[in-house]
Amino acid sequence: MTLISFINAAVLAGTPLLLATLGEILTEKSGQLNLGVEGMMYMGAVSGLAAAWYTEKLIAPGWPAAFMALIISFIVGSLGALIYAFLTITLRANQNVTGLTLTIFGTGFAKFFGEVLSHKAGGYVTCADPTKAAFAKLDLPYLSSLPIVGKLFFNYNLLVYFAFIVAIVMAVVFYRTRAGLKLRAVGEDPAAADAAGIRVIRSKYLATIIGGGLCGIGGMYMSMVNQKGIWVPECVSGYGWLAVALVIFATWSPLRAIYCAIIFGGLTILSLYLRIPGLDLQLYGMLPFVVTIFVLIFTSIRQAKEHRMPKSCGVNYFREER
Amino acid sequence: MERKPLLEMRKIEKSFGSVKALAGVDLELYPGEILALLGENGSGKSTLMNVLSGLYYPDAGQIFLAGEEIIIREPRDAFAKKIGMIHQHFKLVEVLSAAENIILSDLENGALNRKKIAAEIGALAERYGFDLDPNKKVYNMTVSEKQKVEIIKALYRGAEILILDEPTAVLTPQESARLFAILEKMRDEGKSIIIITHKLDEVMTLSDRVLILRKGARVGCLNTKETNPKALGEALVGRRLNLAIERPEVKTKEDCLFVHNLTCLNQSGREVLKQISFTAAKGEILGIAGVSKSGQKELCEAITGLYPVSGGSILLRQKRGELVVDENLVGMDPREIIRRGISMAFVPEDRLGMGLAPSLDIVDNISLKNYRALPGPFVDRVLPAKMAEDLVQELEIDTPSIRTPIKRLSGGNVQKVLVGREIHSAPELLIVAYPVRGLDINSSLTIYRLLNQQKQAGVAVIFIGEDLDVLMSISDRLLVLADGEQMGLLDPRLYSKEAIGLMMAGKTQLEVDKLIEEDRLADNSEGQNVTYTGANIYSGEAE
Amino acid sequence: MGKNLEQQKLLEQQQSDLGAQPDLRAQDQVNFRRSKPPLIHIVKRDPPSQLKAILVYLAAIFASLLLGALLVWALGHNPFSVYRQIITGSLASATALKETVKMAIPLLICGIAVAIAFKMKFWNIGAEGQILIGGFASMIIPIYLPQLPLLIKLVLMALLAFFFAGLFGLIPAFFKVRWGTNETLFTLMLNYIALQWVRFLQYRKSWQDPGTRFPKIRPLSDAEVLPKLFGVHIGWLFALILVVLAWFYLKRSKHGFEIAIIGDSIQTARYVGMNVPGVILRTIFISAGIAGLVGFFQVAGADSALTDGTAGGVGFTAITVAWLAKLNPFVMVLVSLGLAILQKGSISIQSTMGIPASAANLLSGLILFAVLGSEFFLHYKLHSQKRGPQRFKLGGRSELKAEGEHQPYRKESK
Repeated sequence: MTLISFINAAVLAGTPLLLATLGEILTEKSGQLNLGVEGMMYMGAVSGLAAAWYTEKLIAPGWPAAFMALIISFIVGSLGALIYAFLTITLRANQNVTGLTLTIFGTGFAKFFGEVLSHKAGGYVTCADPTKAAFAKLDLPYLSSLPIVGKLFFNYNLLVYFAFIVAIVMAVVFYRTRAGLKLRAVGEDPAAADAAGIRVIRSKYLATIIGGGLCGIGGMYMSMVNQKGIWVPECVSGYGWLAVALVIFATWSPLRAIYCAIIFGGLTILSLYLRIPGLDLQLYGMLPFVVTIFVLIFTSIRQAKEHRMPKSCGVNYFREER
Repeated sequence: MERKPLLEMRKIEKSFGSVKALAGVDLELYPGEILALLGENGSGKSTLMNVLSGLYYPDAGQIFLAGEEIIIREPRDAFAKKIGMIHQHFKLVEVLSAAENIILSDLENGALNRKKIAAEIGALAERYGFDLDPNKKVYNMTVSEKQKVEIIKALYRGAEILILDEPTAVLTPQESARLFAILEKMRDEGKSIIIITHKLDEVMTLSDRVLILRKGARVGCLNTKETNPKALGEALVGRRLNLAIERPEVKTKEDCLFVHNLTCLNQSGREVLKQISFTAAKGEILGIAGVSKSGQKELCEAITGLYPVSGGSILLRQKRGELVVDENLVGMDPREIIRRGISMAFVPEDRLGMGLAPSLDIVDNISLKNYRALPGPFVDRVLPAKMAEDLVQELEIDTPSIRTPIKRLSGGNVQKVLVGREIHSAPELLIVAYPVRGLDINSSLTIYRLLNQQKQAGVAVIFIGEDLDVLMSISDRLLVLADGEQMGLLDPRLYSKEAIGLMMAGKTQLEVDKLIEEDRLADNSEGQNVTYTGANIYSGEAE
Repeated sequence: MGKNLEQQKLLEQQQSDLGAQPDLRAQDQVNFRRSKPPLIHIVKRDPPSQLKAILVYLAAIFASLLLGALLVWALGHNPFSVYRQIITGSLASATALKETVKMAIPLLICGIAVAIAFKMKFWNIGAEGQILIGGFASMIIPIYLPQLPLLIKLVLMALLAFFFAGLFGLIPAFFKVRWGTNETLFTLMLNYIALQWVRFLQYRKSWQDPGTRFPKIRPLSDAEVLPKLFGVHIGWLFALILVVLAWFYLKRSKHGFEIAIIGDSIQTARYVGMNVPGVILRTIFISAGIAGLVGFFQVAGADSALTDGTAGGVGFTAITVAWLAKLNPFVMVLVSLGLAILQKGSISIQSTMGIPASAANLLSGLILFAVLGSEFFLHYKLHSQKRGPQRFKLGGRSELKAEGEHQPYRKESK
């Protein structure tokens, strides 16, 4: 039973990572290396919470508030990505620097408006119970009560299922549709894609913005699920960077991202379940990053053409470059 | 019978920064013809076609298709107008398969049925006589396979106007012949084809009409049947073709470079140089001829320590005081070569990528080679600045100042800086790879003059060129390479251009000698004259 | 699809066999609504004069401040008094000024550190971790050899900080040189490993502060910290000296020359006989080492302690400092001071006007965005349609006829 509850906890901890990772995979597949994941997650975290809080006040707590949190965090995350996209795709600014700036901006944005919101709420923001319940574990009729299987697979909140569906949809789009093929072509070689008549700029914008929206939802998960609808200024604290690492660990594949996110989620909570003598709590925290570095080194040594970062990733494209 | 042009380009202008690449060029293409677009490097051929294919948007001008004005803003628009271009540097996604690359250009966005697509493409390939595995990944392909993928890609989208940018540059003569047969077949099916080239042979063999560009302007348009290579050549360069390249005699020649059985493998273990053996002498220009990518680059880089050598030896005779030593260069990197004081200079093919640092200025680029030699932790820029001033004057380098970043100079001036710097190091061995590529005639002549001066000063010069006429008139001896193999080492005065062309196409010197002998006999008995022109190799109908 | 294609081909072939022109317009429908010329078209330009470039940057900064003012106004504050408070709150009093300088020091030193790597196009975004490792290494001395005399102690601390951080930087550099491993992602990961390492130390008995039950590393006593000069720890003087040294190193020294060439073209560097792997390793050692010194100055100067917040985002902000200054150390002085003014000033608007201090991050983010975007206008210009492609009337051209009449070429046999 501890194993099952450990897996449950790993999945719950891994879901925000999965969402952000999927967003970043989508972004990088189009050739944009957006290091602003942390910033976009922060933006999603604060705006999702704010949306829920205002919806509670104006309409009703519960499902409407949860729904608005989802929508608004997606939109605000996309807006962060839109800034990045405009600067790097249209104005051709350096991707690394712009992404880092987005992180600085997004963190500032969240902390600033988080505090403004707290003032408005008279001290600190907290959501009503029905809203929290909307993000709590879902009791699926029949399925959830199955022995073991029910506990293992049907014991989660709505966002977990949402993230899994997004991953599967993304994998199908990448490898089973022409649109996905074109997106991969854009990320690998924008000049070739352009010459083939693909709308490179539009693809990059679309992928980056939707990717940013997913990161925003991932951030919303941090504030609404992990922090139970209370504004905590440090709520994202490095998860965005963990997601950037996960993209490498998952070798840019949405399906692999699922189990990689669960492994990462498991690693972040492992210390609560398993004590290896001699291995301190804090060293556990290193594990995801050490593992990622090994993956990074391994893929570069192997020199395989597949399973690597899209070739043009990080490099801006200008058609008339000579 | 007068027919309306299918496509017209009017007064197309295009500038890059302050460089005017096209100054109001007109072009017309009729249905079912092959139009050759002839011009030197830098004459604007590719730029004009890139405008047509949507890669560049013109600064001014109009394009008409079947009498209607069209606007081509991006390659997608060109595709929609059934204009397809095969670029010189293939636009293929390496990690995708042939089939995947081909369907990229399809507008459809639905499900990806790989089997069906492969079958479709197989059928299309068969129809035009291509032999292609639709599932092969592009990174596993040879250049000619990649070219096939590009052509099929254009056909798949239903291209009616096909543009090919220097398609034979990377092909063997046999592959070229096959390509030409395919192109002729397409023309006969009613497609219109524009082929960019700077080879007169190809124009004469393949094209119906030829349009000539010089320095971004149209200088003429002729029916191929009514012209000849000589007239074309004149139109091409704007004056008599006779470049009057000298070959001064040097009395004392002394062998100094001994290459023996040199073999090199590339990263995937293929032999790119097979048992090459030759010597180079002081006071002599040794030309190296061959179609592009026959191993020239690897040969230069092997000698200069930039390419790993798998077998054989490279000995360079050096005077060490009283002693004469043959230093074996195999296994030395450029650092070691410089450290040992071996005096050798190399003008590489890719000037901005290898010889120079593009964002540094002329002074810094001149001090690149010897900044280490001067004492102290700082880079001395006083001496190089003086050298830069001298070079700018001596070689008439056109630059705002010696502090201008190299990348802002024109191709010819960049090359003068590079050649000037290399010569300035007073080498005993000077290797130059494609030194006049992209240069105008005047700059080219300056380079030839410099090479001859070096030769007369007792330097051993190795000259890798692509223009066989130039190679034959400047070299004292000529090494012919084909696919990494040595086909012959000969005196260019004793062989015809056609004979050397045969060697470049993969016939050994011995075989060619035999053919010449047979011809002479045949000539005597039948009085029939057979020449080995490049044209003859290609011109046979494929059917 | 396949059948359609074949039919289409067949049809076209028949058409062309009949000698008819292929009907190109019929298939054009997909696109006909788009056959308008583009509104704006981007073309490359030659770089403008320095004055013009500076004006463009200033315009960008002004625009972003305006945007910030709008935001402040929307929240019900007076933008003028907010900006005035930022300036006075960071510069007007001696204490405020000292705090501002103290904030600028790590940004400046770290900006120089990453600039050295960036000049070589080695995207070291691991300064954050290198700072922490530098902080950790400098703490080794006070923890294990607390009895050393102050001067020796400080010098040893600085040396260890440089050395350890340099080694830490060599890890990604080695893999980059040997296997081309992506250094951006590698250095990024190392940041978190360094962070966890410092957190780990907080729980180590030998490192813990005996005075508290919280996991906290023993702080330095007043007798163990850097001396002060004009009220700020001596690091500011070092930073200014480093600016000059770095300028000479990058612009005048042979090392700097090699860094510039490798940044420009690795092939050229090999061609001129440079030991490319050696130079890369050396440069990253220096870059990371300087970042390590930031850790030393934070530990022994600003904070008197090593915590998991010692780096506090400096390593990331420094990248924007270096980038905005175009890797020029002297300009970095201005940029780092400007960002420090924003940070300190925002703390003061929080206390006096109740605007959250995180406005600093928000505002500096906006400024950085604006400056990053403005660079576009230095390299490209917009071709609007009014000036764009000029039209010519389709008319007869007599010269064409002289050049050769067109004749049909298709072979009769078909």
